[in-house]
Amino acid sequence: MEQYYFHSVTLDKSKCKGCTNCIKYCPTEAIRVRNGKAVIINERCIDCGVCIRICPYHAKKAVTDPLDSIKNYSYKIALPAPTLYGQFGPGYSRERIVSALKLYGFDYVFEVARAAEIVTNATKCYMSNKDIKKPVISSACPAVVRFIQIRFPNLIENLLRIESPMEVAAALSRQEVNEKYGIPMEKIGVFFISPCAAKVTSVKAPYENRVSNVDGVLSIKDIFLPLLDIMMKQGKVTSEPFSLSSAIGVSWAMTGGESSAFKDGRRIAVHGIHNVNDILEEAVKGNLDSIDFIEALACPEGCLGGPLAVENPFIAKVNLINEIEKIKVNQAHSVPQKHKDVKELEWKSTVEYRPIMKLDDDMMKALEKMNMIDKITEGFPGLDCGACGAPSCRALAEDIVRENAKETDCIFKLREKVNSIAHQLNQIDSTGSMNDDDQ
Amino acid sequence: MAPDIVKRTSIAMYEAEINAVIHGNGGQAHVEIDENKIVITISDQGPGIEDLELAMQEGYSTAPDSIREMGFGAGMGLSNMKKNSDILDIKTAVNEGTTVNITVFFKK
Repeated sequence: MEQYYFHSVTLDKSKCKGCTNCIKYCPTEAIRVRNGKAVIINERCIDCGVCIRICPYHAKKAVTDPLDSIKNYSYKIALPAPTLYGQFGPGYSRERIVSALKLYGFDYVFEVARAAEIVTNATKCYMSNKDIKKPVISSACPAVVRFIQIRFPNLIENLLRIESPMEVAAALSRQEVNEKYGIPMEKIGVFFISPCAAKVTSVKAPYENRVSNVDGVLSIKDIFLPLLDIMMKQGKVTSEPFSLSSAIGVSWAMTGGESSAFKDGRRIAVHGIHNVNDILEEAVKGNLDSIDFIEALACPEGCLGGPLAVENPFIAKVNLINEIEKIKVNQAHSVPQKHKDVKELEWKSTVEYRPIMKLDDDMMKALEKMNMIDKITEGFPGLDCGACGAPSCRALAEDIVRENAKETDCIFKLREKVNSIAHQLNQIDSTGSMNDDDQ
Repeated sequence: MAPDIVKRTSIAMYEAEINAVIHGNGGQAHVEIDENKIVITISDQGPGIEDLELAMQEGYSTAPDSIREMGFGAGMGLSNMKKNSDILDIKTAVNEGTTVNITVFFKK
């Protein structure tokens, strides 16, 4: 099932210098350097985009749908992620950005922020059920969900089993357009405008047994200049309340946004995949049982820090907060939300444990392999230098046990071996014997 | 492996080790793992436990002051061990040392 391992995050080999920066930051140790180029281990990659951010040569990038792909549909719906509103700066209001999308060529704009608020309401319902496992972990960030599938399978049952705002927006907008304007479903193309690589993967290779409601994912990086161009050319524009969303929905783009909706209850908002890792470790140890809700976003500052965003996330945050303040003042413009029954938004199936980190299906063999890994690691210098192409000495030991590498990939081991061969050659030369004893 | 099994095994083994160090002047640990369970045997050649039933009571401790000053000797060790293991078997006699056998099953 090749599609199972589709990844948005990919390497441009021509730019890669094999420098080892990315291998060290990958949260699932999914990258190795082989023959001087980075290689992503498909099963381990969660599309978090840390490597995209860290690569000094910009060799890592995210594959998204080209802007032209919207032309494949006669009726085009845009789903802008709220991150988009923070990209442009003062003077470029939400209303202007949403209008610019229509001028660009979209027939309909359904704000993902609006769907986010629907998801928030559904979540409140969900959390009031006392049978759910706490802490509840938000499932909005696909990189975090995949991280849990691979590294924290015991937390799968803690995941919030409600569809993400993107999927809800796609389903609702299709329905609205079909009902209001009578457009047949096959002619409708729904496009998410995204700061996020993991969202691309979640559309093209969704979780088990699912089909995404979204047709394509466009990168904010690609559409930024065309939209800016349109807005600069048009000057001032009268703002019509264009199915505008509320403050909570827009704040989902920032860390703390989603969880701020739950005023009662103990909630944590974590951002940055390594911080998420630390918090999930605490959850697995049972130290977070008094926490009700964990909002976990893989990118620094939340979606604003996504690899496909244009603006610096701290600046984008200021822009977004400005927009949110305006919403709070102009509450009159907000459109009343359709109340959605939480059952309609709930996951129909769960996500599965992906045991790619397993050493062996047979536990005894797996224990032996773990033993081997410990032994081999002890034989290494412990510098985690990355010269072998693996992120750490222990990772190389694991690769060796999995038969994906050999001991002499370690240059220190290789040097030892070469020295020993040189010594032996020297022996032959001086004493005519290969025995160290004959001196 | 469910994380709570790892946690329970670690706690039970730790308590047994600390007891061997505090009371038994050190000892030996032997661990056997198979696909169903882990069996930990910790034995020492120390003074032995005079009254096992009393020792199992929470809060009861024979630890000297020097140990209590370090923060140990709260008297919870044996009961913690019992709580966190599936089978706990203690063989002990005065002046003959103590052997603790802890079994934790992987599946319920």
